[in-house]
Amino acid sequence: MSTLLNSMLEWIDKRFPLSSNWKAHLSEYYAPKNFNFWYFFGSLALLVFVNQLLTGIFLTMNYKPDASQAFASVEYIMRDVEYGWLIRYMHSTGASMFFVVVYLHMFRGMMYGSYRKPRELLWLVGMAIFFVLMSLAFTGYILPWGQMSYWGAQVIVSMFGAIPSIGDTLQQWLLGDFTLSDAALNRFFAYHVVTLPLVLIVLVFVHILALHETGSNNPDGIEIKANKNPVTGIPVDGIPFHPYYTVKDIVGVVVFLFVFCGIIFFAPEMGGYFLEYNNFIPANTLQTPDHIAPVWYFTPYYSMLRAVTVNFLGIDAKLWGVILMAGSVVIFCFLPWLDRSPVKSIRYKGPYFKIALTLFVISFFVLGWLGTKSPTPLYTLLAQIFTIIYFAFFILMPWYSKIDKTKPEPKRLQE
Amino acid sequence: MKKITIALLILCMTPLSVIAGESGMPLDRAPVDITDNASLKRGAESFVNYCLTCHGASYMRYNRHRDIGYTNEEILEKLVYTGQKVGDLMESAMRKKEGEEWFGVVPPDLSVIARARGADWLYTYLRAFYRDDATATGWNNLVFDRVAMPHVLYEMQGEQKLVVKGDDKSLALEKPGKMSAADYDKFVGDLVNYLVYLGEPHAKARIDLGIKVMLFLLGMFVLSYFLKKEYWRDIH
Repeated sequence: MSTLLNSMLEWIDKRFPLSSNWKAHLSEYYAPKNFNFWYFFGSLALLVFVNQLLTGIFLTMNYKPDASQAFASVEYIMRDVEYGWLIRYMHSTGASMFFVVVYLHMFRGMMYGSYRKPRELLWLVGMAIFFVLMSLAFTGYILPWGQMSYWGAQVIVSMFGAIPSIGDTLQQWLLGDFTLSDAALNRFFAYHVVTLPLVLIVLVFVHILALHETGSNNPDGIEIKANKNPVTGIPVDGIPFHPYYTVKDIVGVVVFLFVFCGIIFFAPEMGGYFLEYNNFIPANTLQTPDHIAPVWYFTPYYSMLRAVTVNFLGIDAKLWGVILMAGSVVIFCFLPWLDRSPVKSIRYKGPYFKIALTLFVISFFVLGWLGTKSPTPLYTLLAQIFTIIYFAFFILMPWYSKIDKTKPEPKRLQE
Repeated sequence: MKKITIALLILCMTPLSVIAGESGMPLDRAPVDITDNASLKRGAESFVNYCLTCHGASYMRYNRHRDIGYTNEEILEKLVYTGQKVGDLMESAMRKKEGEEWFGVVPPDLSVIARARGADWLYTYLRAFYRDDATATGWNNLVFDRVAMPHVLYEMQGEQKLVVKGDDKSLALEKPGKMSAADYDKFVGDLVNYLVYLGEPHAKARIDLGIKVMLFLLGMFVLSYFLKKEYWRDIH
């Protein structure tokens, strides 16, 4: 039997680099041995992505991208398709959980300096993935054609209209109509099920390729490749990804599934955060809801969009909002060059960085919370203050990371 | 570091707050129990009698009600009044255009109304109608100001009037109806319970399957944990 398998493998290897790829990316890909809790979220993001692809295919079989039928077709899936409710909840919960794991994955990178040289491109590809993910979430949220789908999309689309001179034309081109209508629903459906998933698959592939070129960073932020066994050429502090991290990630997957399935089966609306209550009302083009709030993962940026209330520097308040909102996401791309610290990991960074990162996380949560609320003068003031803190984390980084009092990095990985 | 990790994880997993009712009126708690088939059946029968005339529940099929203990024959006898088939959708008897002419708006479809409004809101709303001569229908509602729907259930509840004391608004029964206040609450309670069921007919199946899935995952966790431990024994 094993000789038969071996000769089959040999046959394949002569025609396709199966064994060599298996070795390069799994059994002889050496990862630092000290990965902690924060290192589960990359593989979990991949898991959620596969979940979205598979459940998405089955949803597409019964969903109707037609303004007069979309809402009813979603309820048809929920009621009349066998296990349709499960497939739909897996997809809707998956969307939110995608952002949970990606945010934690990004935060890991920020804590341990995973964006620093030589992983700048890896970080940038990751950011591209994040942008595509946001577009996927936005186009997907429109599809059920509920009140929040419609009016949330209206807000986002009107942002393009705020761009000077080309705004209106761009908006019409995106919508295929003068207002948000059936034409827009159809093209957003096409983006959501064809264009964006294809782009995402390619980007995820490139992300992993880039990772395996540089090797993984680790909680100590030192390069394991700097210390190789002179005989074997294998990093002394490295262990093969397979089987060590495959079996470890399985534990992470099971724990994640506890949370994921807990939401799917016991709280699919997640208190109105994963499925908004207003989205159970079919889209009504004549009736604006009292309160428009995006799904939780967009609320920090939504807060910043609303934070500017006056025109200044000759730029309209609305355009400032759009600039800040876009800037708040794009600014992550500059992290590799903003961080001037001699060390990578938070373990060896000084108090300034720790304070800055804490303030950043607080501002992210506060802005997120504010984004779910109707604006009041106090909330708007808070949004303005925390928007400044949010941006200060990035803009002041070259300064505070440079003068910070760091600890020396160890030569070998710690615990 | 560990503590921060755990705190962050909890922050990420819990909803920030629960969205409150829009009017600011305190809502009464609806007695919801989707496993109580007797209550669901009472609610279903009230629903087809009082609501389905104007409102549709057009994402729901009649024969889905087998889930709450009816047979097809019972469904045809007790729920279907419009000569429809048992596998048909619960469409309203009224035409959309008529609704618009009579009430100024098309009465909304009620299939997922409990998911949009919440059970407590519906329970309070259906008990908060009062006489108001200033409106077209002669009725108003404490949680839905100037609502287009008249008080369809007034025969049961009777007529309430608005009592204003400073900023406090409350309702007092002026003319008693066929039911006592407690019986009417129970009647509305069953109806709202049914609306919750109607919003997500598979909710019970979802929870039942969920428990099995969680037990399976528990087993998986033990297996995967010891597998990992075994493999990692030689890593220091």
